[in-house]
Amino acid sequence: MRTPIAYFLVTSGLLFAIGTVGVLIRKNALLIFMSIELQLNAVNLSLIAFSRMHGSLNGQVLAFFSMVVAAAEVVVGLAIIVSVYRRTGSVSVDDVRELRG
Amino acid sequence: MLPTPKLDFLPVLPELILAGAGIVTLLYEALAPRASRATHLGLSLVGLAAAAGASIALWDRTGDPTVLAGAIQADRLAVVARVIIISVAAVGLLLGTHYYDRSGDERRGEFYPLVLFATTGMTLIVAAADLIVVFLALEILSLSLYVLTGMSRRGQATEASMKYFLLGAFASAFFLYGVAMAYGATGTTKIAGIAHALAGQTGGQALALVALGFLAIGFGFKVSAVPFHMWTPDVYQGAPTPVTAFMAAATKVAAFGALIRVLDVSFQPLAWDWMPVIWALAAASVVVGSVLAIAQSDVKRMLAYSSIAHAGFVLTGLTAANQDGIRAALFYLIAYAMMTLGSFGVVMLVSVRGEERTSLASYSGLGRRQPLLAGLMALFMLSLAGIPPTAGFIAKVGVFGAAIRAGHWQLALVGVVSSVAAAFFYLRVVVLMYMQEPQGEEQEEDRSPLPRLALAVPAILTLVLGVFPQMLLGVLDKASVLRW
Repeated sequence: MRTPIAYFLVTSGLLFAIGTVGVLIRKNALLIFMSIELQLNAVNLSLIAFSRMHGSLNGQVLAFFSMVVAAAEVVVGLAIIVSVYRRTGSVSVDDVRELRG
Repeated sequence: MLPTPKLDFLPVLPELILAGAGIVTLLYEALAPRASRATHLGLSLVGLAAAAGASIALWDRTGDPTVLAGAIQADRLAVVARVIIISVAAVGLLLGTHYYDRSGDERRGEFYPLVLFATTGMTLIVAAADLIVVFLALEILSLSLYVLTGMSRRGQATEASMKYFLLGAFASAFFLYGVAMAYGATGTTKIAGIAHALAGQTGGQALALVALGFLAIGFGFKVSAVPFHMWTPDVYQGAPTPVTAFMAAATKVAAFGALIRVLDVSFQPLAWDWMPVIWALAAASVVVGSVLAIAQSDVKRMLAYSSIAHAGFVLTGLTAANQDGIRAALFYLIAYAMMTLGSFGVVMLVSVRGEERTSLASYSGLGRRQPLLAGLMALFMLSLAGIPPTAGFIAKVGVFGAAIRAGHWQLALVGVVSSVAAAFFYLRVVVLMYMQEPQGEEQEEDRSPLPRLALAVPAILTLVLGVFPQMLLGVLDKASVLRW
């Protein structure tokens, strides 16, 4: 028996919500970044579920693109976080507060 | 067997040239690490000029509105937006070359390829006919901009870069979820295909509305509309000034170009549902941007809040949801790009070396110390405030007119009242420059001619478009027709 599509969509929605809450409440830049990755993967799950539902390949293609983009984002993001760490000795977003207005 | 789609690469030739120029400058930097900046600049400018030529050649193109299996739109909106973005990039490169020469920073050869890649993303996003391409282009431009923001030894730049990255990636996730929802609701990711599917559907469109909401969050972040604006002041202040100039002017054109397509093509069948949302974003942006800018003491921060308010004015034009509104928004974007580019350019020259003098106090007596710079700054400030005979005035009349004709007179009223409040802080800069004595002892001044020459372009356009707007309006009449 096929698992109903709704199960995947609900799981994906929950994962996305967990990621969103993580971004909002975490203070460590790395953990915020991990939460964002969780969001992106939640989207991939729903893309593939929708792809199955519609019987078209577009969603799977987009999921591949989004994986590649997420990998590129890791490269740039970690480099930025490392350079912040080198400068301040911390990756907590609370310690980085030179810009205020 | 899958049918092979017909390949017509002409409509993406500008992007191919830009990406090619980016790769050439990147390799050049890697193979000849001690080469002078002039070569980099020359190579990049040749690339930009060729890309601009390739875009303009597409103006009279006939045939299929979309190419490459419906991934790229070949219409005149894309041509106009590309030309603006490419011109902004050219001025940005000239300013950046000067900035890195003077700032005493280490060699920054990677500045050129990064600007070119960001430009590629921006020109691609305005020509995208498929949400997959919109997402990819958004990431190309964002990833380049995150790195550009951090390209300085100052701690502020690194901090700005991290904030921009974390919030930008967060917004991308929402955007992507919106694309997934739109795909779920309609079974396609093509911008025009979504419109056909939505127009054919009856009954509940809850999923499409959720998709629209998520896409609006993603775009709201990129154009820095309230309440997704928190990053803007920090990033604009922390980034090296030429990068801010490029990013503030070009990103907005690019993101609005894509937003116009998504709203006025994909979700045109749901126009009555998104109109109130855009209405609220527009009203919040003009009010919050104008009010918070008054309290700023740093000129880059002040201009950042002003750019938030200007995003609101463009959105005001888009609430019309018709060709009239698109034309007004396009004119506003061109005027905005020119005056923002120009004012950040002046800020760069006034701060002399790096980011030494960006406080408003350093502008007192500028009219006496540097008459030319003060004159340029006054022109840009008057235009940003929307005072005739500048482009800013015509642009504001255009968006308010479009909103009123569509029945949104309350929004136009909010806009006019905020413009009056905003005039205060723009004119304060002019008063400081001309009616105050210079503070402190004589300091070293930046008197190089090249960046001043580059700033002549936005200055002349700001004036000419203010006096003879018909020249551009005729072009925009044709460009604001979306073919799909």
